[in-house]
Amino acid sequence: MPCETLAKRIIACLDVNEGRVVKGIQFEQLRDAGDPAELAVAHSAAGADEIVLLDITATAESRNTLLDTVRRTANQLFIPFVVGGGIRSLEDAAAVLDCGADKVALNSAAIAKPEVISRVAERYGSQAVVVAIDARQHTPMSWEVYVWGGRKPTGIDAQQWAIQAEQLGAGEILLTAMDRDGTQTGFDCALTRTIATSVRIPVIASGGAGQPQHFVEVFQEGAADAALAASVFHFGLKSVEAIKQMLREAGIPVRLAC
Amino acid sequence: MAIVDYGAGNLASVVKALKHLGRQCTVTNDPDIVGQATKWIIPGVGNFKATAPLANGQLSHTLRNGVSAGKPLLGICLGLQWMFEGSAEAPELSGLGAFPGRCERFSDRVKSPHVGWNSLAIAGPSRLLAGIPSGTYVYFTHSYRAPVCAETVATCRYEAPFTAVAERSNLFGVQFHPEKSGDVGMQILENFCAL
Repeated sequence: MPCETLAKRIIACLDVNEGRVVKGIQFEQLRDAGDPAELAVAHSAAGADEIVLLDITATAESRNTLLDTVRRTANQLFIPFVVGGGIRSLEDAAAVLDCGADKVALNSAAIAKPEVISRVAERYGSQAVVVAIDARQHTPMSWEVYVWGGRKPTGIDAQQWAIQAEQLGAGEILLTAMDRDGTQTGFDCALTRTIATSVRIPVIASGGAGQPQHFVEVFQEGAADAALAASVFHFGLKSVEAIKQMLREAGIPVRLAC
Repeated sequence: MAIVDYGAGNLASVVKALKHLGRQCTVTNDPDIVGQATKWIIPGVGNFKATAPLANGQLSHTLRNGVSAGKPLLGICLGLQWMFEGSAEAPELSGLGAFPGRCERFSDRVKSPHVGWNSLAIAGPSRLLAGIPSGTYVYFTHSYRAPVCAETVATCRYEAPFTAVAERSNLFGVQFHPEKSGDVGMQILENFCAL
């Protein structure tokens, strides 16, 4: 029997480059709108259930900047905090987790070296391991995994990879529909449902969010456990609340601010 | 206040939360320092096997003596599970036995771990939950559930009701992570600190 009270999570994603949040931001009330720690706290206060910080440069030089950012953000944030981007080994994961992240998102490295999933899970527990899958539609009902920020095809089937990731110790799947990313035309519900019903771990849908109705669709039609968006939340602090209000009206359990 | 470090998981987030509340704490596994503290927090995530240092030896002895003497103790997540008699996850280990029953795994009918924000059904008077209304959402992440017992003061429903908060005199256990549950979690930690 499905659980009727576990809330569907709305997750805010911050894309960070050299210690600054990138993408259009209209948080005018903030002193420094591009500061990841400040934005993470603002999203938390606005009702986001979880924060994902994605280091989109992840060059060797930016690692120390990232760790400093993670530490500063974690010190002020008291909701779950996921960090991804450029995590290639147990050592990389340990550095981020030791700076206060609760979970790491593994992407390209998990494809190149699947044992990294198991190593991090054995040391920190599966609840600390999110496997991020970037998928593009291949045939009407199959999707291919891409790496390197969605630039390089792998020939691997997304559904098969999700099942394998779970077996290796992943605690959650962060599933991005590359075809929808940035389009604001709605989540890929067919992809999300295919993956979410193939694994016994939560699936976070990503890519394509543009309006509150898109979140209703991805929970009802896509069977997602959580939904993530970046740019949709940068339109203003009201948007998380608006999304949750619409979800509640649709009968979907959400955590509303007290 | 001592945060008992027995090698299970991320203690840093609990320390940060207490610091945010302006509370002093020491992270230690030294039985002498643990013994001197006025209050204890036992956090922890992961496998019940990790509670082995709490089942035997000097640390276990110190904790059990303190509990008998009425020292306030808060178990979080794996810490709550340890306060029961044991867990199917590591049947060879004994828990504290402050609460009756054994922790069992969620069945295959639901996704596991149970991850995310779920609501508390408050079942009785609680000092730990003072000011927290029934229906409040808190953040969980666990694969084993503690049984509902006479000491259960709040349940949560996932597949079936399980103990989300148990309380008896100065013994408190929470299955969720107050340090990750926003303002509500802070209130609960503050309630414990203010005892």
